[in-house]
Amino acid sequence: MTATSDRDPQPWQDQLFDALKGAGIRQVGYVPDAGHSRLIARCKADPDIRDVVLTTEEEGIAMAAGAWLGGQRSALLMQSSGVGNCVNMLSLIRACRFPMLMLVTMRGEWEEFNPWQEPMGSIVDPVLKLCDTHVAKVETPDAVVPAVQNALQLAFGDDRAAAVLLSQKLIGRKVWVK
Amino acid sequence: MFERRAAMATLLAGRPNNLVLVPGLGSCTWDAFAAGDDDRNFYLWGAMGGAAMIGLGLALAKPEARVAVITGDGEMLMGMGSLATIGVQKPKNLAIVVFDNGLYGETGMQESHTSGGVDLLAVARGCGIERVVDVADEAGLKELAGLLATSDRSLFARVAITRDDPPRLLPEKDGVVIKDRVRRAVEKIS
Repeated sequence: MTATSDRDPQPWQDQLFDALKGAGIRQVGYVPDAGHSRLIARCKADPDIRDVVLTTEEEGIAMAAGAWLGGQRSALLMQSSGVGNCVNMLSLIRACRFPMLMLVTMRGEWEEFNPWQEPMGSIVDPVLKLCDTHVAKVETPDAVVPAVQNALQLAFGDDRAAAVLLSQKLIGRKVWVK
Repeated sequence: MFERRAAMATLLAGRPNNLVLVPGLGSCTWDAFAAGDDDRNFYLWGAMGGAAMIGLGLALAKPEARVAVITGDGEMLMGMGSLATIGVQKPKNLAIVVFDNGLYGETGMQESHTSGGVDLLAVARGCGIERVVDVADEAGLKELAGLLATSDRSLFARVAITRDDPPRLLPEKDGVVIKDRVRRAVEKIS
């Protein structure tokens, strides 16, 4: 299967939204990424979900902690390059055992065109693990919802950080020349 | 200019039941504890640059609560982008108060950017925060204490403080304990 990022929304993208909605996610912080565009649009259209555009991904870590103190569940959406921006702020999650759900769209791997994406993209998995975050990588559409359900359970059941990496193979490569 | 401990005490005098405090790491956390330990204080021992966003998440999640982030100029400078994020959201139950002495106090009193001319009030205005206040005198500080409880618009305030360095008073340090205590206290706010 060779998807491209500007094709019509895929069923897994709406299933992913349904999983978040079904788990009672009420705040969604994000730094935009093309791979998250469908999910962001669904969140913006839902009156029960507060969508918060961030200037940098670490803001979303702190916001998730605040949301939990206020009794709400949240999720943070970012591209792989944003993981590096979160490293120190993840101390807050670990020190206090806050639930923290991250959905990361990957760059710098499958059919990448931009070599500047590779340095961060290639270390997302070990960096997150060093930050005590559970990591699951998804490469096929049918694996998205189970991985997200598991991450939801780990985050909100086990009070910890959990990330789902949505691979470039799943999302499709960025179209550079239209 | 205000002595920091006195300023914190004035802001928290007559604290309403629904006021949740997020003090920035370092001196503001010590100041908050010195003003009286409270289950509604989310003491920060780290997460520099995150105080304002913790406040935003809390304010959005709990509209019945009033949320006051009281932090230092250095901590605010590290999270300056969060003023843009808050300016877009405009939560009416969130106040960001910066105790500004132009110094990084915890690390040996090195000068910060506000000593070098950076104007956080102008930044807050430029980010679209609706009410921006520079507190100049005791009456202004008491007015700010009232606004923490009643403001109907997003609020940013700067409180110029002296460069004194009062003794450290250390609150609970265990993050899990602090988190669970605050969450239970916030649950009771209605």
